[in-house]
Amino acid sequence: MRDTLTSLRYRYWPDHLLGEILSKRWTETAIPVILLLIVGFAFSRSIDNFLSPASLADTARQAGEIGFIALGLALVVIVGGIDLSVGSIFALTDFCALYLLDVLGWPVPAVVVATLLCGAMLGAVNGILVGYLRLRAFITTLITLIIYRSAYDLLIQRYSNAIASAFPDIPSWDFIGAGSVFGVPTVALAYIVIAIFGHIFLTRLRPGWHITAIGGSRRSAYNSGIPVRRTIALCYVASGVLTSIGALFFASRLGTVGGDIGVGLEVIVLTATVLGGITLGGGKGSVAKSAVGVLIVLLITNGLTTMNARGGVNRMALAGILLVAAMVDIRWQKNRTRIISKVYVAPTYHELPPPPPTEIGQGGPFEQNDKLRDVEAIGLGRIEAPEDVILDRHDNLYAGSRHGDIMRFLAPDYQKMEVFAHIGGQPLGMAFDREDNLYVCIGGMGLYRIKPDGTVEKATDETNRSMRSVNDDSRLRLADDLDITDDGLIFFSEATVRYEMDEWPIDGLEARGNGRIISYDTKTRATRTELRGLKFPNGICVASDGQSILFAETFGCSIKRYWFAGPKKGAVEIVMDNLPGYPDNINLASDGNYWLALVGMRSPSLDLAWKMPGFRRRMAKRVPVDEWLFPNINTGCVVKFNEQGKIVESFWDLHGENHPMITSMREHRGYLYLGGILNNRIGRYKLDNADPNFVQYDKRWGKLS
Amino acid sequence: MKRFRFNQQEIVFAVFALLFLVFSIFLKGFLTADNMLTLLQNVAVLGILGLAMAIVVIGRGIDISLIAALAVPPGLVLQMVQNGHSLPTSLLAAVLLTIAFGLVNGWLIAYAEVPSLFATLATGLLLAGLGQAALFQLDVVQWSPGMNGFERLGQGTVLGIPTSIWMFAIACIVVAFLLRQTRWGAYIYAIGDNPYAARVTGIPSRPIIVLQYVVTALIGCFAGLVLAASVNSMPTRIFNSTLIYDVILVVVLGGIGLSGGRGGVLNVIIGTLLIGTMLNGMTIMDISYAGQNLIKGVVLLLAVITDSFLNPRNEETAQQGDI
Repeated sequence: MRDTLTSLRYRYWPDHLLGEILSKRWTETAIPVILLLIVGFAFSRSIDNFLSPASLADTARQAGEIGFIALGLALVVIVGGIDLSVGSIFALTDFCALYLLDVLGWPVPAVVVATLLCGAMLGAVNGILVGYLRLRAFITTLITLIIYRSAYDLLIQRYSNAIASAFPDIPSWDFIGAGSVFGVPTVALAYIVIAIFGHIFLTRLRPGWHITAIGGSRRSAYNSGIPVRRTIALCYVASGVLTSIGALFFASRLGTVGGDIGVGLEVIVLTATVLGGITLGGGKGSVAKSAVGVLIVLLITNGLTTMNARGGVNRMALAGILLVAAMVDIRWQKNRTRIISKVYVAPTYHELPPPPPTEIGQGGPFEQNDKLRDVEAIGLGRIEAPEDVILDRHDNLYAGSRHGDIMRFLAPDYQKMEVFAHIGGQPLGMAFDREDNLYVCIGGMGLYRIKPDGTVEKATDETNRSMRSVNDDSRLRLADDLDITDDGLIFFSEATVRYEMDEWPIDGLEARGNGRIISYDTKTRATRTELRGLKFPNGICVASDGQSILFAETFGCSIKRYWFAGPKKGAVEIVMDNLPGYPDNINLASDGNYWLALVGMRSPSLDLAWKMPGFRRRMAKRVPVDEWLFPNINTGCVVKFNEQGKIVESFWDLHGENHPMITSMREHRGYLYLGGILNNRIGRYKLDNADPNFVQYDKRWGKLS
Repeated sequence: MKRFRFNQQEIVFAVFALLFLVFSIFLKGFLTADNMLTLLQNVAVLGILGLAMAIVVIGRGIDISLIAALAVPPGLVLQMVQNGHSLPTSLLAAVLLTIAFGLVNGWLIAYAEVPSLFATLATGLLLAGLGQAALFQLDVVQWSPGMNGFERLGQGTVLGIPTSIWMFAIACIVVAFLLRQTRWGAYIYAIGDNPYAARVTGIPSRPIIVLQYVVTALIGCFAGLVLAASVNSMPTRIFNSTLIYDVILVVVLGGIGLSGGRGGVLNVIIGTLLIGTMLNGMTIMDISYAGQNLIKGVVLLLAVITDSFLNPRNEETAQQGDI
């Protein structure tokens, strides 16, 4: 009863989604967006007309002005600095625009250009000090804040009356300040245009990438040849220019040079930036985050003002939000990987009946013996990690290696070893096609084709993305084994879509059906996912009927048959289940039966743990990785089974001296060749009563040697 | 041949001497006994604040919220006495508020790992906002009869020297003792010099950092009490002024490098004298407030540039994002 409940709970509750969602980059933007919605909703409920068009247009104008400043600050923060002088630059450029227009009577275009130049120069002072002289950004811009502010105070003492008494009546100037296009205020429109450009700039253009790179790691950026100092300086210049754009709109809207213009603006903008999720210290941030942050802060301050809160409350609210946002951001950035790795592992319920006996004297098809004790070793100590082995018609032996090569041992004595092809990823299952091309599954890369002359070609590395998956599962993460049908359709297994190749034991710990079987059509070059939700699908072999494939589910401890053609097309049926070990590769035997490698034997502890998902989750959260339960892969065996799923024969090695660990086996001219992914050799075993002329793929393609 | 180099302390002292000399010669009314006492009295509070700032700067931090600690708790004392509480109760409340404030600062910086500049910028706003919104009725908290006797902290003279200068002297001795004679002081230097090395040596870095900010806030509160006693009120709008930059100026000019681990009380005294002379001279020259700020800003900028050349940032221990 309890087991049933557990099994139901784990079948229908998607534990694995949390980790997958958290590991998405967009979650970091999603949180401020949700906050924005909550704030907007709360204020619209408690304040009348909060979301009326007039109020919204007013908010949009303010948001546009502050948004420009926030964009500039975002750039500076992403590059790893901070700019506190924006408030004072805002005030000075506001003064600059109004002075040129009202007192000197310049035409509007000249005023705009001069104001932007003024902002650029004020920013350049920061840029030179912080970028080239490498002063501390915070303290430096704090000082320029004071200097610019004092300069502004001195200037308005002299000119505020002249500016206040002028009433310029210039339509184009008024349009900048108060105009709108189809109801959208000009400033909001301008902001949208510049924000879109900013987004493209940061995510698609080289200088934008340089900025992010410097913020991420200044020294690495320097070492990779990025002009660090110049880029940093230019970010401050950009901040100055963007601030002056905001000031231009402000000047044209209000036309005043009051004493408190821009005072405390830096705190508002900084709060918006941090709240939007742009990381202090650099390297992360986006235009969208900046915009969301500005909106939240404006909604809160405007809302509080409408509710007649005292000045101090507003200040406290801003400071409090700023602190909490900074704290959350800093803790999150620091612990992100750890948190994700803790919640990412989501074990599920997996129940297996007690395994059939294997001990000597207990009888049964899996009874242990010592047939493999005298296996010969080929390439001992010279090859590493031959997951699969295959032989061609000329008896040459091919095997993958950990170094990303396909190695070839030359017949007849297999002493000479050479690199047949270099691929770059770990080669796993292999198969020859009709034209003697070698198809190989490469862990982490996909399906590759190697021509007889050793040229490497990519067959496929992506399949259709499933709509319901949070992780992008279109890329092939762990292509494992394959076989080719008579029509040139390649079926290959992808063991897991949630883990990388080196993390495969964790997938076993999770025991969820994370794997799939994918087909690649060599004629149309189309890749298609055939089956999903398999528990570490591994070995694949086209059955003798030519209409179905047999595949092994390693952690499902079963062999299944999938009909890809014929009357039962699409059906999956069990051939063998409750195996005593973890099945790996399947290959044809000369007598029409199938070879199957059991990479390791089941243990009572893991069987029990599979029924206790909570236990495994606690383990993943609290125990260091190297002390987790690990599926046993120390002892295994080779078995031969027939079409009906009956075990015909089993081959054991009780001591594991000559060939410990078996992941695959290949029959060839009366011998059985053994591969093992953690081995440093290839095994060769003389079979009794085997066809001395059997060459697997020659038989498959009807070629007689 | 040994390279001939001044250390910063000597340079600043030389500049101070030069400035003093120039002012004495060219400024009428500068070199009078009255003006000297005024000068010292004016910078006493600044000096005490400089001591407070010195503690955190030596520990590789900074405390922008110092002015809030100066304004709000003493303001609370005055307000509570005005509302009829007894002076000791009010003082106790202020001290508790200060300690709580210091704890918050320290926790944010040591445990939540928010950069100190950033954390104190925000907490300063928070405390000032709290004062404005909840504690005070007016921007300037007035003296009330219940406070009588307390003004002796900032007014009057002892042995012919104004009390505020005595207060600065006492603060100097206490801080010097803390920094030089106690284990805690040695730990602060160690943390400021290399926080990671300090931590692996087994120094309880985090509690020490928290303690730094508590002590700093307490000294700030003390400075505020002296200020309130000397002007018989607490102008809480002082938070909006540029006083904090003067304090940083004192510390940086005095030769306590912002990269931490260096300097001491003597540096604060030298820095205070220099700033005091400068401010006094500018006041006598009748330079406007904004003009004074401009000059101070430029001087501070030059000081920070010089500091960055004399005490370059240690690239090994400087953190990414150490802004």
